Amino acid sequence: MNLVINGDQKSFTEEKISITDLLKIEKVEYQDMVSVQLNEEFLRSPDYPGTFLKEGDIVNFLYFMGGGQ
Amino acid sequence: MKDFSDEELERYSRHILLADVGIEGQDKICAAKVLVIGAGGLGSPIAYYLAAAGVGTIGIVDGDVVDLSNLQRQIIHTNAEIGTPKVESAKRKMLAINPGVTVNTYKTMLEAANILDIIEPYDFIIDGTDNFAAKFLINDACVLANKAYSHGGILRFAGQTMSIRPRESACYACVFDSPPPAGIVPTCSSAGILGAVAGMLGTIQAAEALKFITGVGEPLYDTLLSFDAKKMDFRKTRLRKNPRCRVCSGAGITKLEDYEQPVCDLKRPE
Ligand SMILES: [Zn+2]
Repeated sequence: MNLVINGDQKSFTEEKISITDLLKIEKVEYQDMVSVQLNEEFLRSPDYPGTFLKEGDIVNFLYFMGGGQ
Repeated sequence: MKDFSDEELERYSRHILLADVGIEGQDKICAAKVLVIGAGGLGSPIAYYLAAAGVGTIGIVDGDVVDLSNLQRQIIHTNAEIGTPKVESAKRKMLAINPGVTVNTYKTMLEAANILDIIEPYDFIIDGTDNFAAKFLINDACVLANKAYSHGGILRFAGQTMSIRPRESACYACVFDSPPPAGIVPTCSSAGILGAVAGMLGTIQAAEALKFITGVGEPLYDTLLSFDAKKMDFRKTRLRKNPRCRVCSGAGITKLEDYEQPVCDLKRPE
């Protein structure tokens, strides 16, 4: 399956990938520090395990950045 | 239009020469009121550039005093000003670069009880704060008061920013629903920041404010600009207003509440 993750094309051999799986595969360390966008829609974390990806999906991991001072 | 003196025409000549800005654009800049929240890593370049540009009224909010550990990145403050309130130190430098602007200082921390009064007189608000409680409060207040604003965040070698036109473009809470839980939150204070990265993001925010004022170009509405200075990768993520946003969708919020500020494990060097 081919997905676009944060702008990069990536191929996966897995047949069924949920958002939860993808977070693991992509080694996202702190799930609470990331907001997940699937084809421009934002997902809520309780929906991650039940949301499965399909060919060509565009996924963005957007990270919290709290600094400024 | 304002009657520009010869001194002002010369001072702003490089703006006036820009076909998109011109004398009309400079007139708008001189009439504008912009509030900068935080006189730190982001606020330093923002305040400098807004003053230099001739933004007529600039408000600056910060409750802290200058600390030695600030000077690695907070370029509006100097060694001689350690211990001085940041807003006073910043005001001095802003008037030194351009005595023609008015600087209003607010030596206070923003909270639900005072933020609406502070932002009320301003056309555009810039978030240069260093914690999620403040960032979410600023978003809520700007949506509630219908003020356009620039969000900014930095972390280590990275930065991100978006401009928000409340209820027309995606707000901060459309993207990040609510502050992350305490304890795991790396902020600038606990995680470190390359000083120049603060300058990179702050100058982008200052440019966004000037674009908003003059109507030049396309502000970062519905767009999260992120960069990673390690590779100098810049990326834009298209956003859409979140129909389930707890702040800006439907009825949205009707009153402000303070967010809990997570306690960092490390000593806060601010
Ligand atoms: Zn929103």
